[in-house]
Amino acid sequence: MSEEEKNKKPDAGKVFIEELTKGPDKDASLWRRTWQALSVPLLALISGLILGAILIIATSQDVYSLWATSPLEGLKAGWTEVRVSYGALFSGSIGDPARIIAALQSGDGLEIRRAFNPILESLTASTPFIFGALAVALGFRTGLFNIGAEGQLFIGAIFAAFVGYSITGLPAIIHIPLALGAGALGGALWGFIPGWLKAKTGGHEVINTIMMNYIAFRLSDWLLNGPMQRPDSFNPVSPTISESAMLPKFFADPIRFHLGFFLALGVAWLVYWFLFKTRWGFDLRSVGSNPHAARYAGMNIVASTVLAMSLSGALAGLAGTNEVLGLNHNLAMAFSSGYGFDSIAIALLGKNHPLGVVIASLLFGVLRTGAIRMQVAAQIPIDIITVLQAFILAFIAAPAIIRTIYRLREPEIEEEAVSIRGWGGD
Amino acid sequence: MTTAVIERKEIELVSPTRQRVMGIFFLLIGATIWFFFGRSVEAGSVTTFGLVPGGFESTLPDWVLPAPATLNILAAISIFLGGFQVIRGFGRRTNTILGLVAGFFIFGFLTWAAAGKSMNLAGLLNTTLNKAVPLTLGALSGVLCERAGVVNIAIEGMMLAGAMVASLVGSLFGSLWLGLLAGVLVGVLLGLVHAVLSIKYVTDQIISGTVINIFAGGITAFASQKFLQPNQALNDPGIFRPFEIPLLAKIPIIGPIFFNNNLFIYAMFIFMIALHIGLFYTRWGLRLRSVGEHPKAADTLGINVFRTRYMAVLLGGAMAGFAGAYFTIGSVGRFDEFMTAGRGFISLAAMIFGNWTPIGSFGAGLLFGFADSLASKLAILGVQIPSEFLLMTPYVVTMIVLAGVVGRGQMPAADGQPYVKE
Repeated sequence: MSEEEKNKKPDAGKVFIEELTKGPDKDASLWRRTWQALSVPLLALISGLILGAILIIATSQDVYSLWATSPLEGLKAGWTEVRVSYGALFSGSIGDPARIIAALQSGDGLEIRRAFNPILESLTASTPFIFGALAVALGFRTGLFNIGAEGQLFIGAIFAAFVGYSITGLPAIIHIPLALGAGALGGALWGFIPGWLKAKTGGHEVINTIMMNYIAFRLSDWLLNGPMQRPDSFNPVSPTISESAMLPKFFADPIRFHLGFFLALGVAWLVYWFLFKTRWGFDLRSVGSNPHAARYAGMNIVASTVLAMSLSGALAGLAGTNEVLGLNHNLAMAFSSGYGFDSIAIALLGKNHPLGVVIASLLFGVLRTGAIRMQVAAQIPIDIITVLQAFILAFIAAPAIIRTIYRLREPEIEEEAVSIRGWGGD
Repeated sequence: MTTAVIERKEIELVSPTRQRVMGIFFLLIGATIWFFFGRSVEAGSVTTFGLVPGGFESTLPDWVLPAPATLNILAAISIFLGGFQVIRGFGRRTNTILGLVAGFFIFGFLTWAAAGKSMNLAGLLNTTLNKAVPLTLGALSGVLCERAGVVNIAIEGMMLAGAMVASLVGSLFGSLWLGLLAGVLVGVLLGLVHAVLSIKYVTDQIISGTVINIFAGGITAFASQKFLQPNQALNDPGIFRPFEIPLLAKIPIIGPIFFNNNLFIYAMFIFMIALHIGLFYTRWGLRLRSVGEHPKAADTLGINVFRTRYMAVLLGGAMAGFAGAYFTIGSVGRFDEFMTAGRGFISLAAMIFGNWTPIGSFGAGLLFGFADSLASKLAILGVQIPSEFLLMTPYVVTMIVLAGVVGRGQMPAADGQPYVKE
């Protein structure tokens, strides 16, 4: 690195691109490197959306009935269906530009809030994804596949909800950090166990974290039907948390946007700093990229594995905590619609880099929020988003497919592929 | 490399730490049987084990045991075995003794749970066998893939897709056999995706499997909401009925439990035995295993590594699709979203527990099936343990098994490693 570059204060976007394009041709222009870094994820997303459109057309009864009379009409109906669906996806997640302009002109506060609600709702929806995907990404960086984010998220939520409702009379400045800490601790505990088992016995974390997921689900079922159930309720719901533990909101109803989003951004920065700027982070990444070399270099594999799984669990725990303290204000059965599982796809989409994770989470927040509107407007089941996710993930994991379809050039050097160690110890 | 691994195993098998830990574990089990079970049953109470397989006249009288005496005997033997293990050690037989003590624990638990009441042991075994079917079939799918060196965590997704398609096609054409065929074919199709991603594109096999799991979960839920729920006629395939095997079904107890079942249970036994013979006694199996152990050596000898792996993964997909079909057209006769409920992952654990062998997988499948059926049985008996905790047991058992057994299991050496021809 030249002296000049060293003195230049790098801005966040540049750092990101440098991180992502490390290696290839350093001399290439910034644009070129940006394209090299982003082409595959971007094209994977576009291809996923195209396949989603095909799925929408292929499962539409209108298209088939019109196709029988005239194929042209059938195609038109298919196009309309896709336009309505993706239109609803957009207006439900970003907002309807015409409505925003009209609201601003009218000057009515409620109407303005309603018009801006979709985009803020998308940010709110992306918050648990940021935490969860950071958890999975941290695991991947250490060569561990944490499928247990979902269970860790539940345990984190249980801890946070308990601290939230059982303590009263604390000022918010103490109560909120306490509840956040409890949530992180719960998740860390749930990540520590499989991490320790992996390090000590070689039991594979994929199986163990899946088992811990089911144990967490059963545990929360039991808690919500017993010790943690709201006394005056027959539903499996915990008591509402104290007001002092609720994450503050920024706007009046119906906007639910809360502090959690900024906390997530802060944590993403912390994870970046930890992974890339500290010795511990360096150790973790070394263990992840080459455990044998790391062992010969005298790094403690056991400690790294346990630390990585605990930290990963803590981050996932925060995802659940965020939902309890920021949105639901209580713990309900099955409150998470698979955030932990979605996080896997998001982490891979973001190339396991904190900034990439944040961008991918925003994308998924947008998709999830928009899908709700799409379900209402076009009767497309929300699960289509899961299918899209699978397509995108497949393309990201096998970039060769994207390169073949779009005739992209092979990168000059080997890419850093995500890989997980096999079943056994090493 | 291989020699080093074997040497390490030999040492660990007789290592003093493992010997002591096992001994203390046996002692703890003995103490638990005595302290928690033996002391809490009332003196003079009896446990009645019924031997009535579902829907049949009992051919044998009930089995009545004095609860306290039985429990004390079980505890005493466990403690004796534990003491012997700590002092002298059973050496190579440690795992057999472990199985025996675990069996004592389960039997002691049943005796305690049903003290003063009656429990239908034969019925429990019957449910166990039924619950073991998808787990064993799924584990066989895993054995096929992993013996050839491809990790298949997509069993769950393949099962789910197989279950849905079997139900849909079965109802659409009014034919269970067509439904079954479709279920198997969709398994093959997903197997092909897994094979292409992990063999051709050298994607990490666990990620490729995750893609299939996510995809199958999404697409089945999508199709279910779009087609099956609004139109219940598309989700009513009926089920394969049980039929008796002549003569064999007349054997007391064993007959009705094993020889009066539906297609899937017989198929499970046939596949298990066929795979065992195929893998270990034929040229086909030797080649498949060699590809999983040392693909480079196999390639040098002229075995087509890629073709062998493709074949193994496609067959594994077919097996998982078949296992999935059991959920709909083999047991409940309708598809529900996410109905496999993680059994694909448990069958993976069963495969590992069964040491990557077909018969071992069946044994492990039975164990998990037993834990599963016990949870529902004990809820009926009104045992003072929340049912959620009983439902957790298979998962906890899996983790303990993984921790205790797998570290030392005989995994195919090249499992999970893509083969790139130089």
